[in-house]
Amino acid sequence: MQQTREVSPEMIEIEKHYREMGLTDEEYQSIKRILGRHPNFTETGIFSVMWSEHCSYKTSKPLLKKFPTEGPQVIQGPGEGAGIVDIGDNQGVVFKIESHNHPSAVEPYQGAATGVGGIIRDIFSMGARPIASLNSLRFGSLNNPRVKYLFDEVVHGISGYGNCVGVPTVGGEIQFDDSYEGNPLVNAMAVGLIDKKDIQQGVAKGLGNTVLYVGSKTGRDGIHGATFASEDLTEDSESRRSNVQVGDPFMEKLLIEACLEAIHCDALVGMQDMGAAGLTSSASEMASKAGMGMEMNLDLIPQREQNMSAYEMMLSESQERMLLVVEKGREQEIVDIFKKYSLEAVNVGHVTDDKQFRLFHKGEVVCEIPVDALAEDAPVYNKPSKVPAYYEEFQQMSPYAPVVTDHQGTLKRLLQQPTIASKEYVYDQYDSMVQANTVVSPGSDAAVVRIRDYDKAIAMTTDCNSRYLYLDPFVGGKIAVSEAARNIYASGAKPLAITDGLNFGNPDKPENFWQMEQAVDGMSVACLALDTPVISGNVSLYNESNNQAIFPTPIVGMVGLIRSTKYITTQHMKQAGDVILVIGETKAEFGGSELQNILEGKYFGQSPAVDLAVERQRGDQLLEAIEQGLIQSAHDVSEGGFAVALAETLFNQESLGAKVHLEGDATSLLFSETQSRYVVSVKEEDVSAVTSLIPDAQVIGHVTDDSQLVVTINNDVIIDESVDTLETLWKGAIPCLLKSKA
Amino acid sequence: MKFAVIVFPGSNCDRDMYHAAKDALGAEAELVWYQDAKLEGYDAILIPGGFSYGDYLRCGAIASTSEIVTSLRREAEKGTPILGVCNGFQILVESGLLPGALIRNDQLKFICHFEDLIVKNNETLFTTDYDKDEVIKIPVAHGEGNYYCDDTTLSELKANNQIVFTYKNNPNGSVSDIAGIVNKKGNVLGMMPHPERAAEALLGSDDGLKMFTSMLKNWRDQYATNA
Repeated sequence: MQQTREVSPEMIEIEKHYREMGLTDEEYQSIKRILGRHPNFTETGIFSVMWSEHCSYKTSKPLLKKFPTEGPQVIQGPGEGAGIVDIGDNQGVVFKIESHNHPSAVEPYQGAATGVGGIIRDIFSMGARPIASLNSLRFGSLNNPRVKYLFDEVVHGISGYGNCVGVPTVGGEIQFDDSYEGNPLVNAMAVGLIDKKDIQQGVAKGLGNTVLYVGSKTGRDGIHGATFASEDLTEDSESRRSNVQVGDPFMEKLLIEACLEAIHCDALVGMQDMGAAGLTSSASEMASKAGMGMEMNLDLIPQREQNMSAYEMMLSESQERMLLVVEKGREQEIVDIFKKYSLEAVNVGHVTDDKQFRLFHKGEVVCEIPVDALAEDAPVYNKPSKVPAYYEEFQQMSPYAPVVTDHQGTLKRLLQQPTIASKEYVYDQYDSMVQANTVVSPGSDAAVVRIRDYDKAIAMTTDCNSRYLYLDPFVGGKIAVSEAARNIYASGAKPLAITDGLNFGNPDKPENFWQMEQAVDGMSVACLALDTPVISGNVSLYNESNNQAIFPTPIVGMVGLIRSTKYITTQHMKQAGDVILVIGETKAEFGGSELQNILEGKYFGQSPAVDLAVERQRGDQLLEAIEQGLIQSAHDVSEGGFAVALAETLFNQESLGAKVHLEGDATSLLFSETQSRYVVSVKEEDVSAVTSLIPDAQVIGHVTDDSQLVVTINNDVIIDESVDTLETLWKGAIPCLLKSKA
Repeated sequence: MKFAVIVFPGSNCDRDMYHAAKDALGAEAELVWYQDAKLEGYDAILIPGGFSYGDYLRCGAIASTSEIVTSLRREAEKGTPILGVCNGFQILVESGLLPGALIRNDQLKFICHFEDLIVKNNETLFTTDYDKDEVIKIPVAHGEGNYYCDDTTLSELKANNQIVFTYKNNPNGSVSDIAGIVNKKGNVLGMMPHPERAAEALLGSDDGLKMFTSMLKNWRDQYATNA
């Protein structure tokens, strides 16, 4: 790989080289003020990555403050590698979501693979064993050959990395919309299990304590990855391929085992993974959090390539590396643990009390920066925001009223829409069962993993319908959290907390910043109403290609607790004769719907509304009914509306069908995307108990044994089709699109 | 009865095997780190799935050259029951303890889901609790589980009744739908599907548990005979 050409401190200012690293003129001047001199090349690089949006949240910080982050269930809120919620029995669940969008846009296999690797490191660096991962993906249209390539390679990368590290990939979701064509989204969420006593922190405490570098050697890959993640994708982005890191899941697996062994050695003081901005961020953040300083000798850093400069080592994002702080004099105890796994653990420096971040290379001081200046003093911007013209226009429109004549044909078309169609092609490539705890694998509302040795389980989901957010980011933000909660409730769990993966366009455009503000506000009120505080998260901005922003996509990763494994519920109908009920009334709400997409090829008008009090009440009532053993199956109604939801409950079941009768407008009843609705099935004898627990539940029909889906509305048979036919269309849609040469 | 579960760097179903033997079956089980290299004193040896050495070079190839495989050969000769699952099967094939090879799935993708297997031979140490031709539900999770052998080997496998499990719907292109085989002596079994993931009804199937109960019962019978 090429070496980086370095420039003198004065020339950096004169020729404005700092701009190439992503710093503004004002930022450069304030660095000069902080240091009282010109920063050298290495220092400029260090500031530029630490002050990048990816590391400093300089644009999003004022918004993130609005999120509710507290609650009796929260053990660790935002600020550490990942958040932790209490699940009783002195156990916690650790989770976080992270984006790897830009790397995946230019090098999809490695971009996605290292996204999985990075988020898993965030989990075990807290001292937790990773027990599940999920992925939330967004792509353009599968008719585009490049999108097919991105899609296949992203899935391949997740599979290649995730399967090898032995963490089951249990869930996630994928949506397809044109706005993601040049800028796909790859957000990976990981979940870990921890005994409270084992919780680690990324702190460099204790004057004189030793800094150990652990794991892979440092190479020239990923240099300036954090900065790359903080700018728009352009046609030149292809040349950024060398900014993308390369993953080694085998190394990661060894690191997991070694680190989880090391946490039981009390010589370990602190541990943090080298994620974005690698050695720079891990070292400076650990020192800053402890109120200490740090000195490192870069000659000692294990290097994969020859003649690496200080700049390259500090900015490299080589994967599978960790930084540990260990009690002075007890280094060998830790070194021995890593040696068992044939891993290097090298003494590269020590903790100081002068709050300076000081680096030596070839006998010279190559960096001397106050640590707080890097981690704490990054600029914070209050960007201007402006209501976009399109939003005002959409709000003025009269509600979108689709005209559908062939309802059965429309249902078939909806089932073949890639966003709705079966994702089996994808999740069949993921090992969803390793660790032998997966009770509900991909394909139901939420994934469920049991907690070994206890009669409890956790439910996990990721959700975000960005079409609603595009139409109305405030309401859409509320819906994103609500839909996640609905999936959690339907699986028999009480929602506990969320992690947010905020993906937006360029925040320098006031309209984009307005979307962010509104979305965060909407999510915040929903988190309060549903008692699901935000415990961790990630921000990915500048998701644009060819000057076009993606739809606002704040992905919600939610975790819930299933208090006993006997409450675990899936979306699938269980047996003929059971009674089918729908919870919640249906209104004519088609803005942002899948039906609008197929009829109009675009989205406009108003997003469906959501009443958070109703959302919470129905969820709590459904959970109560589940815990009383009254519910056979539960499924939330989302994209495509009721007809799609009902059909999905019959798929993958042997020979079950359904016969339902509804009264009202067929198009609304079948395809409207009104929120806060569920389809449930119960045993005949439990119907009255369920309707008295859930007043909004209404009997609409029953499960049959003839594999036929029959829906009558008013006095007409509107749908009468074999479940097998519907299932074949639903399952075949994505493989078919991938094979077609459009 | 005491099981050893060999742990190679990169094994990732080691704990699952351990729990199947210990919790689901209720026997004694120990995780044995590959460098410890001692396998004496165990009544059965389990080689778990995963990606030993990252599957670099070829699946199971590097692990098959490690010191512990020398002890494994000794135990195989002594008649100790040895069960290799997934990567464990690949290691047994690479080390020559079982014939044939495991190549990439014919669709060139990793696959993970439940499959129906047919028990072709219910007379091995591992399968006596099944009925002959019983159909059992066991998950697969592999990218390189396509069993291959030449015609001569295949006729031998058939002649000696060494084919223990076949797939009802071949998911990966394996020769003669082979999912698992046993050595001539009958004490070394390799299979791609994961019985340890199907040892509890809560996880979708407990059809795999009978492999463990078969091993236990046969060990008891042998112990009674020897005593």
